[in-house]
Parts: sequence; structure tokens; C-alpha cells
Amino acid sequence: MTTSPITRKRVRGGVGDSPLRIDGIPKVTGNFAYASDLYADGMLWAATLRSPHARARITKLDTAPAYAVGGVVLVLTQEDVVGRPGFGMHVPDQPVFADGECNYWGEPIAVVVASDLPTAKLGVEAIDVEFEELEPLTDMEEADARDSQTRRMKIRRGDRDVEGAVVVEGYYEVGQQDQAPLGNEAGLAIPDGDGGVDLYAVSQWVHSDHWQIYPCLDIEPEQVRCHPVGMGGAFGAREDVSMHIHLCMAALRTGRPIKMMYDRAESFVGHVHRHPARMWYRHEADNQGRLVKVEARLILDGGAYESSSNAVIANAAYFAVGPYRCDNVFVDAVAAKTNNPPAGAMRGFGGVQTAFAHESQMDKLAAELGLDPLEIRLRNALGRGDALNTSGQLIEGSLPTAELINELDAMPLAEPLDSDDARHLPGGTGLTTDPRHVRRGVGYGVTLKNLAFSEAFDDYSDVRIVLSPIGVEVYTAAAEVGQGMVTIIQQLAREVLQIEQVAVVWADTGVIGSAGSTSASRQTQMTGGATHQCAIELREQILAEFGGDDLSGEGVWKDGELIVTLHEVCESGPREHEIRYRHPETFATDENGQGDAHPAWAVAAHRAVVDVDPELGLVRVVQIDAVHDVGRLLNPVAALGQIEGGTLQGVGLATLEELVLDRGVIKNANFTDYLLPTFLDAPHVEVKWVEEPERWGPLGAKGIGEPPTISAGPAVAAAIRNAIGADLIRVPILPQHIVGA
Amino acid sequence: MEITRPTSLSEALDARAQDPGADLLAGGTDLMVEVNFGLAKPEHVIALRRIDEIGEVEDRRIGAGVTWARLEESDHRALAQLSRTVGSPQIRAAGTIGGNIGTASPAGDGLPWLAAVDAEIEVASQARGTRRLRWDEFFTGVKRNALEPDEVIVAAVLPERVPSNQHFAKIGQRSAMVISTVSAVVVRDDDGSVRVALGSVAPTPIRALAAEQLINENPQPTDEVLAEFARTVSAEVTPITDHRSTESYRRHAAGVLARRLLERCLAS
Amino acid sequence: MIVSFTVNGEERIANVSGPESLLTVLREELGLPGSKNACEQGECGSCAVVLDGAVVTSCLVMAADCEGSEVTTVEGIGSDRELHAVQQALLDHGAVQCGFCTPGFVVTAAHLFEENPHPSSDEIKEALSGNICRCTGYGAIARALEELAEGTA
Repeated sequence: MTTSPITRKRVRGGVGDSPLRIDGIPKVTGNFAYASDLYADGMLWAATLRSPHARARITKLDTAPAYAVGGVVLVLTQEDVVGRPGFGMHVPDQPVFADGECNYWGEPIAVVVASDLPTAKLGVEAIDVEFEELEPLTDMEEADARDSQTRRMKIRRGDRDVEGAVVVEGYYEVGQQDQAPLGNEAGLAIPDGDGGVDLYAVSQWVHSDHWQIYPCLDIEPEQVRCHPVGMGGAFGAREDVSMHIHLCMAALRTGRPIKMMYDRAESFVGHVHRHPARMWYRHEADNQGRLVKVEARLILDGGAYESSSNAVIANAAYFAVGPYRCDNVFVDAVAAKTNNPPAGAMRGFGGVQTAFAHESQMDKLAAELGLDPLEIRLRNALGRGDALNTSGQLIEGSLPTAELINELDAMPLAEPLDSDDARHLPGGTGLTTDPRHVRRGVGYGVTLKNLAFSEAFDDYSDVRIVLSPIGVEVYTAAAEVGQGMVTIIQQLAREVLQIEQVAVVWADTGVIGSAGSTSASRQTQMTGGATHQCAIELREQILAEFGGDDLSGEGVWKDGELIVTLHEVCESGPREHEIRYRHPETFATDENGQGDAHPAWAVAAHRAVVDVDPELGLVRVVQIDAVHDVGRLLNPVAALGQIEGGTLQGVGLATLEELVLDRGVIKNANFTDYLLPTFLDAPHVEVKWVEEPERWGPLGAKGIGEPPTISAGPAVAAAIRNAIGADLIRVPILPQHIVGA
Repeated sequence: MEITRPTSLSEALDARAQDPGADLLAGGTDLMVEVNFGLAKPEHVIALRRIDEIGEVEDRRIGAGVTWARLEESDHRALAQLSRTVGSPQIRAAGTIGGNIGTASPAGDGLPWLAAVDAEIEVASQARGTRRLRWDEFFTGVKRNALEPDEVIVAAVLPERVPSNQHFAKIGQRSAMVISTVSAVVVRDDDGSVRVALGSVAPTPIRALAAEQLINENPQPTDEVLAEFARTVSAEVTPITDHRSTESYRRHAAGVLARRLLERCLAS
Repeated sequence: MIVSFTVNGEERIANVSGPESLLTVLREELGLPGSKNACEQGECGSCAVVLDGAVVTSCLVMAADCEGSEVTTVEGIGSDRELHAVQQALLDHGAVQCGFCTPGFVVTAAHLFEENPHPSSDEIKEALSGNICRCTGYGAIARALEELAEGTA
């Protein structure tokens, strides 16, 4: 035993710090390997034939001409699927390849494997395919009328006969947003020579991919191993299977590594999008502005296959009223099934759509009553101890809505416009606008989002920690999509174990259990929580074994003296501990949507300041003041990055971004016409935190990924309305809407 | 694929004469988009960026190979203004005015200015030598122009006098890197006469001749005349509705933009 | 056809068969995957390289037209051991999330600072208005480069 007076080193990079990302250096030097950069000796390339029609019967599908192209080695169609014919996040309703009928524009029909990508594309062109076009169902209301849907949700809470002194009604629309992660879908499948396959493809949740893939291949689960891989963003676009089954099939059939890489145009149909929505609302309040009753009808267009529509529509319904107290709530929500491209997960996940509507309604109520927009929100602010307005669930955890609103109100307002530089004016470098044409507007968005998975889903994250004299390894299958999960895991492990050297090992499905999806703002709480809990348990085991009272990189301490070195602790090998971390149990709601469906929520409060050129309908979003409910701030730089980035995606939805569909065909599947905000479109964002710890999760921390995207859009829309003094019922708000308002 | 990389205009014209079907490549910012999306599969490309003769700005000639990055520094104010809005900085470093003229997109950022100053397009072929076409003879339709298959665009040639009082503006949904929804150039001469050109509101760049006439008759326009001017511009354009904007917005915005530019000219 | 050109100071030869882009050749033939393929129409800047002294989108440069050219990619800007000041600034300010846009920002910003060591905030934003970042909202990138602009002597 060591008893020398060794001083304990202070551990850097723990909780509250903002240590540099370990993937930061390879990312700034271009050396980081993304899925699209992967390479294997002897690899072949594959390309996809997709439906040119929103709905059609395949009357002829002859692959022989593709085989006649020199270099083509294999063509796969639905006939080649040996196992379960379909896949899906929730139900396996989407065939691996179109099965006699195409149900959306861009649906995969065949995959051609060839020596290189250009040859594979030539093979795709060579396939002899003929269609009988069928009338597509592309209108969500028509689909609803025909009962073409994947889920209906009903909220029936309170008394429908109650009446308020003030009534406002509104109809609202949200256009279809694309996640547009900069990295397109890409992947590499490598056969193991023993009938199995290793898959390295973009994914927010490798275990979900795994569960969807192996039944289609008709092989044992352990014969497919899905590996976490570097990816250029996600935002929901990587939650569903895209090329994954195709890659595995091709690798198993050819015995060669197979690479696929969608280009941008293909990416627009290669992943699901945000659900577009139509929403009818009626709010009733007393003459103090307190909500008495909210009624809503919601239709979200889920497109051709279910994906995660079942959960998206539930979120839309549960968060239809926002973070406000109300005892009488009636919502009818439906996820329509159409021949539009499938919709699924995108940052905000159902909450974005209804947030735009309920915040528009709150502003209408405020105007009707002559109340300040923040005042009416404050009077209704939902908090701990209240019942969630829709499901009736008692809010036991943290929900500091009122604090956020007060903090937001206290933030200084952006300076008045004081520049004639075009870069500070609506229209930007297009020089459309002089300062005299500009009217300023201010608007608010206060919104609510559930954290982690709801409605009785068995939501867990597995983490294994291995402690050796050289440091700590944390094994997880959690997807790092850019958000900085890797750093949070390190910080939490350091904080507990007081050992600075922490490596995160991205483990495949064969090595560790599921971490759940990197979505639903859940990984900081779930995999962060798992890391934190696992580290605590490992530390306690070691302390108990050696009779110490503290652990650090030096070893075990007692009463300030080092009693065992780390080497000695690990004398018989590395110390390992693995746990499965779960959040508080949730439940399915009843037929009226009543029950304890959610483990936690986060609220966000945004104020947008915009400058508008009403005559031309041009908008510059000047500043967003954002107050966020973070529970406990683990990494200020990472949290700020999530908020600024999430905010800009909300600004994008409010002012620019929409997939334009014509009878199911996307007309702007490219970055020339699907417009993402540029540097000059990005507002200045001021951020404040409210730290009210959650009842579970690491040190009370809450997820932060989605709330900023949900709040920013309604705030910008309200600010534009405020500037022009007219109603706007649809996002994105385009110049022609403002001019016509 | 074959590529010819001439270093002089005559070499380029030789290559063009031998293979009139060959694709011309300048900055690549139009052709390569088509290539990358599988819409163009050129078999023979004549690459023009090594030809010094078309890469210079002289007195009244702007060589076809001059990039937008260089034109951002132009003494012609509206030309410099519009050059700043072409694509992104990276696009402006590669893309050329000749490419813009050759592509002849209704949204071509440089084209309304050429219309407003009454520029000519100089083209050349081995067989017939050099010819010049007025801009409105050259641009014949949506992505169509009067260039013959054996010709190369050499330069934009400006008239002897180009008024210095000129303004450009362009509407796009974004603050930068955006295709024009409507663009406009107004040029005002010392005698008070004006020329008004617009982009993205017709198959080709157009001049709003009735609106010009109105101002030429009222060189110090009152607010009423300015309002009439905007209405006249809106009536003269023939925009369409597409995935970028609507017919009615473009019509409205064309008038507003032209009026604002005229006001800027009047204030200069 | 054989195309010879200089990449990051080295003479390189590429076997080019069609109209493929410089980006494709860098990534698939020359083993330089640092330049990213995100839109392939010059609308995101992820593939930015310096070509003969100017920053361009390599997706819109025909590789066959690069004979005799000089190209600098992100791999030629700095190394893991010796980061360029722009790389260091982006790293220090948490301006890297997914990182897919980062090589394009590095190349474009490094060139900007070479031409103008003290760009204003507006100049930085305009010079980088062709580089789309979907993760950060640009805030951290602005803070990184604004600080660098102030600090560069």
C-alpha cells in the first residue's frame, strides 16, 4: 500500500467546463472520416433506381439490360428480398424495394452494383422499367376524408360546454421542411465471409437499424453488426433506414464490400422530412386572459409510409396547447397517409407544427384583450405541480415556464436599426432596401417539448465503463451526429471518476446494447445519465472494496491519503461495469389521450426582432433572445451551439425553407432552390439559461437539442406580423405572403 | 471525353469549327451543375479559361472570360453591384460574364445591366469572323441565344457613353447566394432620360420602354409620376409563377424595385 | 486522359475519363477526401479549394480543365500537429459540430485572412456567405473569426 504524500491533480474538462471536442482536430484538418469517406479494398459501388411517379404500377421491370453494361455485377429488386419484405421504425410497412407499385416519387425500385459509381449509374439508366401511372393521393385533407391515415389521436379533457369571455379562432399551415444535413446519406457494408455483414452507414440509432435490417435478410441477429460512423449532421434525417438493407443485401450476395453515397438530389428523397401541417384552432379565455378551453383539429401529412408518424402525431397533439394551464382541451389529430414522400423525424418532432399555431393563437388572444404578449403567457404559465393541459399528467419534474418568461422580459431589446449597410437590411446584398423602407417588429415564442421517448416505450441506454491504469473507456452505441455527445460523456465520466483520460468507444450492435436514438433531445439525459450512473456505481464498488472514501486518477484515497494506486486497483485486470439506464416509466394514454405519457419536458422562450420591408415582403431577422431550460448546464459552449444552431433551423422554417411539391413530386430537390440560411441570414442570438434541475438524468441536466427550433419559428412569425400589422397564417413566410397580407 | 484547351481565340475558333457540337466551358458554374446532376454528358469540351484575349476589361469591352470577382471592382456602379450578388464568392471567383451571356437564363444576373446600357455581344467564328449583336438580338428566349454552333462569345461591347448614374437591385429570398426573383437596373443620363431593364420577369432580359418614355417626358418626376412609373413597369413585365415566386409578386416587385432605383438615381 | 497539376505543393497526376469534377478526382482518385461533397452545385461551399489563387467550389471545376493548375485543399492548410490559425480559432470557439462544412470554411476563411488580415464582422460574413453550416447557426464561427481578425497583428 502506498502512503506517500501524493497531491491530487485537479481534473480538467469536468462538468461545467467546455473542453475541446476530441473529434475537433480531425474535423478542422479534413482528416475526420465520414461515412462518405469510407473505403475498403475490392469494394464495389451501388446506385438506386427510383420511381419517377408519385403513384404507379410497375408494368415491366427487366434488369437484363443493366447486366449488359460492362462492370455491372448485380441488380437487386424486391424479388431478391429473402426475408421479411419490409421495414419501418414503428411498423414494417415499407417494402425494401417497390413491390409492384410505387407509392411515392423517389421510392427505390432497384439497386445496381458495379465496379464504380458512374458504371452503377449507367446500369440504373439501362434497367428497362415501365409504369402505368395511377392517380396519386397528395392532399392531406382528402386523405383524412378517405380515412387514409396511420394514427388518429384524440384528446378529451374537461368540459366541452365551458365558454370563455373571449374567443379567437385561426387556421394555420406549416410547410414541409427538410433536415438538409450537409452530409448526404452514405454507407459501406463489408461481408464477414461467414454469412454475416458489418454495416457502416449513417444512423442516429444503430440498434433500430439492426432490428429493421436482419429480418429482411433472414439471418441471425448477431450476423449483422451495425457500427456507429462519422456523419455530417442528422436532425432526424438519419433515424430511418435508407440504403442500409440494400447495402447489406448487396454485400451478402456479392461477397464484396459495397459502398453507396446519395447525391443531394437523391438525399432529398432518400430520407424522411418534417410533416407539413394544417391546423384549425379555437381558444377561449376569461377576461383576464386565462385559458378556459382550447379546441384544435390537426392534420399532419405523413406521406406514403408510416416511419415515425405515430409518435409525431402524438407529440403534435400532446403539445397542441403549449406551456399553458388549461383544464378543458379537445384535440383531434391525424397523421394522413398520402402519396407524398414519407415524413418522419425532424428536430422538434410534431411540436414545431403546433407551436406555430398555439403561439399565433396566444398573440391573437393578447391582442383581443389588449394584453402584452408576454403578460398573457405569464398569466397562463405552466409549471411544476400543474397538470399537462392535454394529457392531464401531473408535472412532477422541472418546468420553469414563468421564470423563463420573466428572464426573457428582462433581457435588453436589440438596438434600433442604425446602418445603411445592405448587409444589415432586408434583401441583403441585393440592395433592395433603404432604411426608410424598414419597419421593425418584435414577437415571442414560448414552447414546450417532451424529452426522451414517451408513451410506454422501453427507453434505455446501455453504457459500459472500463477502467485501467491508462484511463477510462466508455463504451456506447449512442450516435454522435455533431451535437457533442462525445464531450458530454467524457465530462460526466471525469466528474465522477476524477480521471482525466476518458476515451469514448463507439461500439457496434454486437458489442453493446442500444443507447436509443440520438433524437428526442434525449442523449444528454439518457446516455449522459447512463455514463454518470455507471461511473458512480463503479466508483462505489472500488471504494467499498478498498475501504476508501475517494477515487481519482492516482488511485483510492482515505482521509486525504492515497491508500491504493490505480495500478493496484487494476492489478487483476481492467475494472468493468455495465448498466442499462432508464428514465421514469411512462404509460400509454387512454382513448381520451389521458395518462402519464412523458418522462420530462423542457420549455423555451424566444423573442425575435425583425426588420421588414413590407412593400417588397423582405425580412431580416435581426436578433433572437433565447432563454432555455437546461436543468443543469453541463457544457456552456456545446449548449450555446445547440441553441444557436437549433434557432437558425427555426428561423429557416419561418422565412425560407420549404419543399415545394407538385402532385407528389419535389420541385426543389437541390440547394439552389431549397434555401438554407446563409451567414448573412443568421440573426445574432443572445442566450440565457435557467437551471432548475430535472428529477432524473445526470445532475439534473435536460436535453437541449429541440426546444430552440420549436420556439424560434413562432417568435419570428409573430415579429413579422408585428412589423406589418397583418395576419400571417403560414410558414415559411415568403415575400408574396407579406405583400399580400 | 475529349477536352481542348486553347490558349488563343483562333485556336478556340478552330476547335469550334472542327466540332460545332462541342460544349464550351468557361467558369464551369453552369455546365458542371448539369454534369453533376447527370443532365449533361459532354463528349468534347472546349475550355476557354486560358485565352487571355477574352479575359481582359478594356475601355468599352468586357472580355467574355472576365470573372464576376473582377467585375465587383468595376467602375460601372450597377455592374459592380450586380456582380456582388452572383452566386457565392466562390462562384464569382470562377464564373464569367461570358458564361452568363451564353447560358442566357432569364435570371442571369448580368443581363439586365447589358440591356440597360444597350450593350452589344461580340461573337466570333473561324468561318465568318467577328460579328456584333445588340443584346436584344442576342437573347432570343429562355436559355436561348443567337450564338451559332461554330461561334464563341468574345466580349460585351459597351456604347461610347455609359451614364455613370446607374443602380442595380435584386430580390431573392435570401440575403446572399440566391437566384434572382426579380432584378432591375435603372440608368439615368445627364439629360434626365432613363433606361430601365429587368430580369427574371420575362423569357429574356427586357426593357420597360413605356416606363422609360414616361420619365423621359417627366425628367423630374413628382410622387404621382413615380407611382405611375412603378405601375407602368409592372404592366410591362410578363413574369410567370414557378417554384421560386409568383407571377403577381414578381409583377408588383418589378415596379417597386424600378421606382426605388429611379429614386436613387434622382438622389445621386 | 492524364491531367497533371499541383496539389498542396506536390505534382500529381490524375487519370480523368469524363467530365467529372475536381472534387471527385481529389476524393476518389488522389486520396484527399477532406473536401466534402454536400450539394455538387456550388451552393454550399463544403468543397472549397484554392485554384490558381482563387477560392472556388471544386465541385464545379472540371478536372480535365486543371492541367497545369495549382490547387490547395484543406489538407494543405494545416496539419494535426500544426493547425492554421483559422483552424485553431474554430476549434477553440466550439465552431465545429458535425464538421462537414468545416473544411470549406477553413479554406475560404484562411484565404480571406491572407488577403485581409483584419476583416470586419460584415466582411467575414459576406466572404463566407457561400459556405452553408447547418449545425452551428454561424454564431461560434463568427466569434472565432472575429476574434482572429482583431488579434491578427
